[in-house]
Amino acid sequence: MEGTQNNKHPADKWNLTSDRPVFIQIMEKLKLDIVTGNYLPGDKLPSVRDLAGEAAVNPNTMQRAFSELEREGLVYTQRTNGRFITEDLNLIDQLKQQMALDAISGFLKSMRQLGFSGEDTLRLLKEALKEETA
Amino acid sequence: MNTLVTCKELTKAYGKKTALNRVSLEIESGHIIGLLGPNGSGKTTLIKLLNGLLTPTSGEIYVKKLPVGIESKKIISYLPDQTYLNMNNTVKEVIDYFSAFYADFEVERAYGMLDSLHISPKDRLKTMSKGTKEKVQLILVMSRRAELYVLDEPIAGVDPATRDYILQTILTNYDPGASILISTHLISDIENILDQVIFIKDGEICLQASVDDIRMQHQKSIDALFREVFKC
Repeated sequence: MEGTQNNKHPADKWNLTSDRPVFIQIMEKLKLDIVTGNYLPGDKLPSVRDLAGEAAVNPNTMQRAFSELEREGLVYTQRTNGRFITEDLNLIDQLKQQMALDAISGFLKSMRQLGFSGEDTLRLLKEALKEETA
Repeated sequence: MNTLVTCKELTKAYGKKTALNRVSLEIESGHIIGLLGPNGSGKTTLIKLLNGLLTPTSGEIYVKKLPVGIESKKIISYLPDQTYLNMNNTVKEVIDYFSAFYADFEVERAYGMLDSLHISPKDRLKTMSKGTKEKVQLILVMSRRAELYVLDEPIAGVDPATRDYILQTILTNYDPGASILISTHLISDIENILDQVIFIKDGEICLQASVDDIRMQHQKSIDALFREVFKC
């Protein structure tokens, strides 16, 4: 199976689906790249065109994602130089906290749908954690 | 951002059959637009009117405020749904023709793309498979520095890997100020590179909207919406 990973189309790693606005999915992917350190504070982002090519999306869509990230302060533009990841570590930390809360509320929602109470959920979670560390 | 194409009450009838019925629309620069509709909905008729291959029964069509003609052909690069090339020619001969015909044709780009698709310029068109012929035609069309590219079914006959390459080619080979109009019914393959769609049904435009707005509003893909709108 070795090598199959490399043969993957580069657009695959973006994992874009067609049923939600693509610019939002791109924002989510870039945010994940920022909090996980794939992009470090102060890193230069590739050009809209290059990234659009890689993700196989319309350059206008990529531009829109960049503009929104800029509006949220996660990315800034240096005139003529390009776009960079924010160096505001507090902001990146806040983003990370927010993403954690979102993940938790998604998880809790799924558990409620399955019919588990908060207590049951907590018990199962503890057991699962114990097994993972064991 | 300026308007590239304006249609006003555009109508085309073949005898008693109306193929396009009072179509009014505008196409602006800087977009990749999907022209989507089922078979016989009028896609190719609209495209042929745009390229001066048909004349309207009534109504008007302008390309950058000018009527369709020599000037509009200079700025529109058109990929027809059928081939018009001489099958006895080699790829190199066809490239020579194109660079003589079109002032905006860039020979190096054409050879670059041929190279990455492993197509030899010495090959004659008639020796090629259907898919390879389609690739050559698309390369010719995308090697022009046009303001509007009109692609009629550009990916219908090629395999999925080549489809990816073609979409890449389209994405990386047009100026940000240019627009691309793509007619297709392979929507799911191309919907992520579109930023606008035009739905055409029975010769009438039933929707022209931004792709992400549609996803936001309907919570579904363009492909799913198409299946809903055009349910048989």
